[in-house]
Amino acid sequence: MNLNVPFALVGYIEPWWMVIIKSVVFALIGLQLVPVVLMMERKILGRFQNRYGPNRVGLYGAMTPIADIIKLLSKEPFRPKTAIGWLFELAPILSITAAFGALALVPYGPVVDIFGTATGLYGIDVSIGPLYVFAFGAISFYSVMLGGWASGSKYSFLGSMRAAAQLISYEVPQGMALIGVIITAQTMSLTGIVEAQRGMWYIVPQFFGFIVFMVASFAETNRPPFDLMEADAELTGGYNTEFGGSKFTLYFFAEYLNMIVVSGIATALFLGGWLLPFGIHPPNWLDPFIVIGKMLAFVTFFIWIRATLPRLRYDQLMSLGWKVLLPLATLNALITAIIVVAN
Amino acid sequence: MAWDPEKDVIEVIRGPKEAGGAGGLYRAFGETLRGLKTTFGQLRMGVDTIQYPEEKIPVYPRFRGRHQLHRFEDSGLEKCVGCSLCAAACPSDCIRVVAAENTPEHRVSAGERYAAVYEINLSRCIFCGYCEVACPFDAITMGHDFELSDANRSDLIFTKEMLLAEPIERTPLRAEGE
Repeated sequence: MNLNVPFALVGYIEPWWMVIIKSVVFALIGLQLVPVVLMMERKILGRFQNRYGPNRVGLYGAMTPIADIIKLLSKEPFRPKTAIGWLFELAPILSITAAFGALALVPYGPVVDIFGTATGLYGIDVSIGPLYVFAFGAISFYSVMLGGWASGSKYSFLGSMRAAAQLISYEVPQGMALIGVIITAQTMSLTGIVEAQRGMWYIVPQFFGFIVFMVASFAETNRPPFDLMEADAELTGGYNTEFGGSKFTLYFFAEYLNMIVVSGIATALFLGGWLLPFGIHPPNWLDPFIVIGKMLAFVTFFIWIRATLPRLRYDQLMSLGWKVLLPLATLNALITAIIVVAN
Repeated sequence: MAWDPEKDVIEVIRGPKEAGGAGGLYRAFGETLRGLKTTFGQLRMGVDTIQYPEEKIPVYPRFRGRHQLHRFEDSGLEKCVGCSLCAAACPSDCIRVVAAENTPEHRVSAGERYAAVYEINLSRCIFCGYCEVACPFDAITMGHDFELSDANRSDLIFTKEMLLAEPIERTPLRAEGE
């Protein structure tokens, strides 16, 4: 491994113009997935509650996200008198930046030949894969904390305090859950991990790791049943109480982008990325669609969980993180290590 | 046989047993799966929504909607004789009746007098149906129309002509025994 390359890139590095093109393309794919996920969530949640969900704008309500975004973007910008101005403006931008940064890691396919240029179907393939994701996950929490604190309102502040505590409790088991995968695959590059899953997806040997990772991901992406930092029943919206219009849109997009990123990472780490089971080998051009399909299936599970579980009480959140998930993840890592060494 | 006090001890279980340990973990996991199964069952039950503007729930025959004034079917004369009993019965004071004398040349109602002005302010009406009960000639009844929103308040004051007109058929009526 050549450590002199910036970002410790592994595998193939494309010519500079291809890097620019593919970064734009992957950012756009991420942006296009956001309304899809948004609409999926509202429709599926509706079905879970025996109703249709939004169905008035466009065919079967398909244009609802566009109407939503036009509404949000055309709102008047406002901010409380007590807010810290520049932080209040910066926090949502930081949140969407972190989400896009993490999106670069999601691998959609191996290195393929596009019009004579060998191109990797991923934003960037780094040798520290999951660490990079955690770094950006931490920054997205940081933006939540900054936003809540800079708003200068007590509900926002409570929300941001909860965010801080939740981050610390859930980053640890999430990281521990991945150690099993990394030990088994013997690499931290996400494409390498996907390739190592030929024959057996890691969801089978690393089942407990998957469960812990999934639960921690719900907390990391601030989704029910762990959406304590915006708990609308008690905190009137938590960290985004004071945000409106385009700033709220950024937070909103970042939340859904984070959900997509986590689904992508889980797909790569546990669900075999672009590989299919039972020896099915689809043509190469299908790979990104397989990955997106698996991501959307994972998002559907997110929504199913949201429809099922009520929000946890705060001490329950803490005791679940420290007393259940962390020991489980540690045990999982330990047993995996013993088995790998014994072989 | 002697009374055994042990038998009368009632064990009170308040909430689930102490959580924690592997049993608690297993239970939490199992309960989550059970919850997922329950919500999935809801998914399979289908949708209960009635798509309102396109699809309406039929009203019952005794549904109290917008009022109607009536005429005699044979002679075409108004049933209302301008007695103002409906206005007196109205708890929200939304009916205004001004009576006038019938003359042989100008005969409007079957009685001695008729309602020259008959107005119901529907923005005040509480649809209690007391006017219908108070009326000695069944001149006013509650119709079935409930879609009464309007752009301004003065449009909600219904005059005699509007109340006498045949209502636009826009409310489905439930059939007998449905």
